[in-house]
Amino acid sequence: MQAIGLTFIDWIIILIYFAFVLGIGWYLRRFTKNEEDFFLAGRKNSSWVAGLAFLSANLGALELLGMTGNTFKYGMYVAHFYWIGAIPAMVFLGVYMMPFYYSSKIKSVPGYLKLRFDEKTRVLNGIAFAIMTLLVSGINLYAMALVLHTFLGWNWDYAMWASAITVAGYVGLSGLMSAIFTEIIQFFLIWFGLFLVSIFGILEIGSLKEIMARINEFGSQGSFTTLWSTSSNPMQNGMLIHWGGIVLGLGFVLSFGYWTTDFLVVQRAFSAKDLRSARMTPLLASFFKMALPFLVILAGLIAIALSMDTNSGFKLLQDGGQVNYDSALPLLIARYYPSGLVGLGVTALLAGFMAGQAGNISAFNTVWTYDIYKSVLNKKATDSHLLWMGRVSTIVGVLISLGTAYWAKSFPSIMDYMQAIFSWVNAPLFATMLLGMFVWWITPNGAFWGLVTGMASSFFMWMAVKFHWFHESIITMSGVQSDMAANFWRAWWAWVICAVVTIVISLFTKKKPKEELIGLVKGLTDEKHDQHLPFVKRPEFVAIIALIVLVILNLLFW
Amino acid sequence: MTEHKMKPIWFFVGLILLVMGGIILLTGIFQIIFPSERVTVLSETHPNIWWGAVMFLFGGFMFWKTRKQTV
Repeated sequence: MQAIGLTFIDWIIILIYFAFVLGIGWYLRRFTKNEEDFFLAGRKNSSWVAGLAFLSANLGALELLGMTGNTFKYGMYVAHFYWIGAIPAMVFLGVYMMPFYYSSKIKSVPGYLKLRFDEKTRVLNGIAFAIMTLLVSGINLYAMALVLHTFLGWNWDYAMWASAITVAGYVGLSGLMSAIFTEIIQFFLIWFGLFLVSIFGILEIGSLKEIMARINEFGSQGSFTTLWSTSSNPMQNGMLIHWGGIVLGLGFVLSFGYWTTDFLVVQRAFSAKDLRSARMTPLLASFFKMALPFLVILAGLIAIALSMDTNSGFKLLQDGGQVNYDSALPLLIARYYPSGLVGLGVTALLAGFMAGQAGNISAFNTVWTYDIYKSVLNKKATDSHLLWMGRVSTIVGVLISLGTAYWAKSFPSIMDYMQAIFSWVNAPLFATMLLGMFVWWITPNGAFWGLVTGMASSFFMWMAVKFHWFHESIITMSGVQSDMAANFWRAWWAWVICAVVTIVISLFTKKKPKEELIGLVKGLTDEKHDQHLPFVKRPEFVAIIALIVLVILNLLFW
Repeated sequence: MTEHKMKPIWFFVGLILLVMGGIILLTGIFQIIFPSERVTVLSETHPNIWWGAVMFLFGGFMFWKTRKQTV
């Protein structure tokens, strides 16, 4: 395609963003005096700051482009990622899990595994998380360079190095605090930079109702505009999935595995100033998460409606005969945005990429420093040495991400592996966490071997399908399935295997004394949180409101 | 020694939206006087002007409300 031309004004806006985030890193450096400031932003954030950062750490541009493209491919079923695939898990984290995380004063999720189980479980999870984080960070970097190269004609290497050095600069200067600041700025830039696409789409086509009507009229399957009504038969919906796969695979395992155990997002809640703020962090974030389909999914639906109208001149790009679904959002920006706004749209995407990468790097440097370096390599490290190590691991993490990005460049299909990577690490970990927090007799050996077996089985299932050792219908229990459906079901089975092995081994191995588990396990811990507050100010009340909104949204688009 | 007080994040959000919104608004006014050769769908609604103004006002409000705050 012909690259979207940037004018002088567009460049000015992009440069302002780069100067701004580097300036913030420099400004915050003076407030980063010790390791707690660097790794946990001094534990002084309000629930609004931590909540927006919690959401934004997940809101990378890869997700924006990918989910808009996926909507074009699968229809409205993609909204399940934002509603049932996120909100129940965020509510569960805020109401039930956060008290155990926050009150134990841990610095990372693997740190909880050390307290609840033992060192080997912590190190296993720490290593798996560090590898996953750097892989995802590199793939993000690669995707960013690819988008900038394809749509703006930018030099691949310059784009990647400029953004990587900027991220290394501001995260290295002030750690999690600058990552959180830039994530929140990114959140506002994404809404101001991309919501205009939805507004323009509705203005051009006429109304939301008209968009849906066009898709239903021209599309071969009406299920592109529904959420649940066609989910009892995989043949009737664009994602080729049964509601069981959505509820068990996405709504339960993948969603809970990501939102309640992935340190990338949970770290933001650890930065809150007190327990109530930490509990409110995912609950406040849930409302913003529920709003995102009006930006991402709506843009995808607009792209479908426009592409069905031959007079619109709108058509997705083709790469080697294959439709490039990720081109939907950039093409809509090019269609609607004049000079000036193009700069804002591109800045929003850049901010998304860079904040996503900063989130990964700030989570990596914490897990590396506490759960691998201090835990295994240098147990006597001082606080000032850990602060130094945090800065060094930031730079090294960015360099490894760059290496991963170049690796991804030589194997383009690696981007397809992202969901698979999550199902290898997060899905079994959620079984370990859930059992560890809610069942006191789960043993350290049970947790460790359950986690090993869960991760290995998930990887094995992925390999078996990839190399045709068996057909994926064995995993999905259906004659038809999409890659997405296979991911959901594989995550479910990995969770089940991890849970079963953990329980069985725990029945036959030595249990930890109950007194060592106080504060870490439900039933052994005082759970009267926020009882002094009126009900309307308690996290439980906010959780109920979030769930009511979730139900209403699902009914509206049933 | 004086203890530095940190500006809240909302101050910085307001500042960047104020600056970017102002630039986009001015670009829109400029494009009315000197129309751009690149014509986009619905460009007749002058989105630079009204969207730039929304950003400018929103950012300006946040900036003004937090300009003296520290955390």
